[in-house]
Amino acid sequence: MFYRETGTFSTSYIEDRKLFPIPFDKWAMGVFLLVMVFVVPFIASDYWLAAHLIPILAYGCAALGLNLLTGMTGQLSLGTAGFMCFGAFFTFNIMLRSPEWMNLPLAMLLAGSATGVIGVIFGLPSIRIKGFYLLVSTLAAQYFALWFFRSYPYFLNYATATVTLPDHHFDFFGIGETFGVDMASFEAKYLMSFGIVGALALFAKNLMRSSTGRNFMAVRDMDIAASVIGIPVIRTKMLAFFVSCFYCGVGGALFCYAYLQVLGIRTFEMNRSFEILFMVIIGGLGSIAGSFYGAILVYEFPIFFSWAGDYLLGGAFDTAVVDNVAKIIYGILIIALLIREPGGLAALWATAKQKLRTWPFPH
Amino acid sequence: MGFDWVFFIEVVVGGLMSGVMYSLVAIGFVLIYKSSGIFNFAQGTMLLFASLTFVKLTEGSVNFWVALLITMATMVVFGILVERFIMRPLANQSLLSLFMATVGLATLIEGMAQYVWDSAIHGLQMADFLDLALLDPVNMTIFVSDYIEWLDILISKFDIFATIVAGSMILILALFFQKTRIGMSLRAVSDDHMAAMAVGIPLSRVWALVWAVTGIIALIAGLLWAERVSVSFTLVEAVLKALPVILIGGLTSIPGTIVGGLIIGVGEKVGEIYVGDLIGVQGIETWFSYFIALVFLLFRPSGLFGLKTIERV
Repeated sequence: MFYRETGTFSTSYIEDRKLFPIPFDKWAMGVFLLVMVFVVPFIASDYWLAAHLIPILAYGCAALGLNLLTGMTGQLSLGTAGFMCFGAFFTFNIMLRSPEWMNLPLAMLLAGSATGVIGVIFGLPSIRIKGFYLLVSTLAAQYFALWFFRSYPYFLNYATATVTLPDHHFDFFGIGETFGVDMASFEAKYLMSFGIVGALALFAKNLMRSSTGRNFMAVRDMDIAASVIGIPVIRTKMLAFFVSCFYCGVGGALFCYAYLQVLGIRTFEMNRSFEILFMVIIGGLGSIAGSFYGAILVYEFPIFFSWAGDYLLGGAFDTAVVDNVAKIIYGILIIALLIREPGGLAALWATAKQKLRTWPFPH
Repeated sequence: MGFDWVFFIEVVVGGLMSGVMYSLVAIGFVLIYKSSGIFNFAQGTMLLFASLTFVKLTEGSVNFWVALLITMATMVVFGILVERFIMRPLANQSLLSLFMATVGLATLIEGMAQYVWDSAIHGLQMADFLDLALLDPVNMTIFVSDYIEWLDILISKFDIFATIVAGSMILILALFFQKTRIGMSLRAVSDDHMAAMAVGIPLSRVWALVWAVTGIIALIAGLLWAERVSVSFTLVEAVLKALPVILIGGLTSIPGTIVGGLIIGVGEKVGEIYVGDLIGVQGIETWFSYFIALVFLLFRPSGLFGLKTIERV
C-alpha cells in the first residue's frame, strides 16, 4: 500500500536489471543522498558529525570489507583491525613522504590497494587451508600488523605513541585555498568520508550483481562445486581478499583521518576486529546495506545506553558498566538473531518492506 | 663462542611448560568440536568466568572445597543452559552460524562475568587455601615456587603438576571417547546431527553433558592459568593463543592438543629468542605461533592428527 511495484513494467532485460527497479526506491534513495550531502552538513552540529556520522561511515566501510570476505565469499577473518591498521599507516606515510601534489583521496586509494596486496599475501593460505583453519592466517595478519608498526617507528615518523594528523593533509586539489573553505572542518571531513564510502558501497553493490560477485557466492556456498562448474576458485578467493582488504584499508584510513584525527597502534587492537565482526553478524552476513545497519547499531548502542542512564536515572553509568552491558546486549542480540533471523537487521528490514507492500493485507 | 646448549635446553623446557598450558585450553575446544562439530569460541571466556567465580567466592572467605563445588555446579548449570537456549534451537544449522553463535556467547559471558563480579585483576594462590599434603603422598608441597635442579635447569614444580593434570585429562577423555557408550554416541553426533538423532541418540542430553564437562575442564584449566598468570581479561586472550595449538593438532584429536601445545610452546620461545636475535627485532612472539601453525597447515591442511575431510559435491 505504502510501497508497491504495481504498474512498473520492464520492457527490456537491461531495464529489468536496474539497480532500483521500483520508482519509489529510486526516488527515496535520491532524496536520501541529497539530504545527506546538501542538508546534513549544514544543520548537523560538529558533535553530531564528529561523534556519530563520521565514525559510522568509517566503521561501515570496514564492516563492508569484512562482509565482502566473510558474508559473500565465506572466508572467515579475525584480522580486520590489522588490515585497517595497514591502511591507516600507509595513508599517513604516503601523505608524509610524497611531493606536494599528493592528496588524501588518492593516498587512500593507493594505501587501500597496498593493503589489498597484503591481504592477498595473508589470503594465500586459503588456497589450501579451509574453514576454521583459515582463522590462523587472519590472526597472524592482525598480530603481525601491530608488531610491525610497533617495531619500526619509522612508519609513525618516530613519534612515541600517536601522531596528530596535520590539517594540511586534508586540503586536496587546492579547494580549500581557492574557495576559502576550511578543509579540516568536520563538514568537509564528513563530505569527503561520505563521498568515498558512498562510492565504495555503490561499487560493492554493482560488484555483487556482476559475474564476479556470483563467483564469490559460488565459492562461499561450496568451493568444490564452484571449481567443477568452471569458476576459477583460486583467483576468486584472491580477488575477494584484495577487494575486502582494500575496503578495510580505506576504512582504517578514514577512521584515523576523519574520525580520530590521530594515528596510533592502539586504535587497531584485537577487540576492534571483534567489534567489526559483531557489526557484520548483527547487520546481516552477505548484505551491503546490512554492514551499515550493523555499524550504526553497534557503534550507537553504548552511547545511547549511557545517555539513557544519564537522562532517566540521573547519574551517568560507570564506563565499565556501559562496556559490560553493551557486551551482554551484543551477545544476546547475536544469538537471538542467529536463531530467529540469520540474515540480521538487513533481513528484518526486507521483511518490513514486504509488509509495507502488502499492507493492510497479510499477504 | 660456542652454542649455549644449557640455555637452549632451558628455553625448550620453558616452551614445553607453556605448551602444556595451551593444551589445557585446547582440550575443552576439541571436546566440543569432536562431539558437536562446533568451533567453540567461548572457551576462553568460560575459563575467565569459572576462575573469576571461584576467586570471588574464595575472596568472600568461602572454604576452598565448597567454592570448588559451587563453581563446578555453576558450570554444569551453565552447560545445560547453553544447550537449552543456544545449541538446541541451532541444531542442524551451518557450522559458520554455530561458530558465530559461540562468538556471541563469548561476548555475553565476558560482559556478564565482569558485570556480576568485576574486571579487576585477581591473584590466585592456591597454597593459601589448601594443604596439599593430602594429595601428595611423598609430602612434597607442590604449590611453592621452589625448583627441581636437573642439568642446571630450574623447573618449577607447579609446571610439573600442570603437566600431570593435562596428561591425565587427555588420557581420561581419550578413553572416554573410544571406549564408552556415550563417547561413541558423541562421535556419531559430530559426524551428522540428523543421522545421530535418527538412530535414537538423545541429542539434547548428550550436548548438555558435553557442555557441562567442558565447563568443568574450563574450571580446571582456568585455575591453573590463574595460578600461573592471574585472573583477568588475559585469560580470554589465552584462547586466541590456543587456536594455533588446536589447529596444528587437528580439531578432532585430543592427543593432538598436547603435541600441538608442545610444538607451539617450544616454537614460540625458540623463535622469540633465536629468530628474534637473527632479525634484530624483539617481540615476534605475538605472531610467530600463528606463523608456525600456518607452515604446518600448508603441509597438512587438517592438522597433524585431524580427521582428513573428504569433500564431495
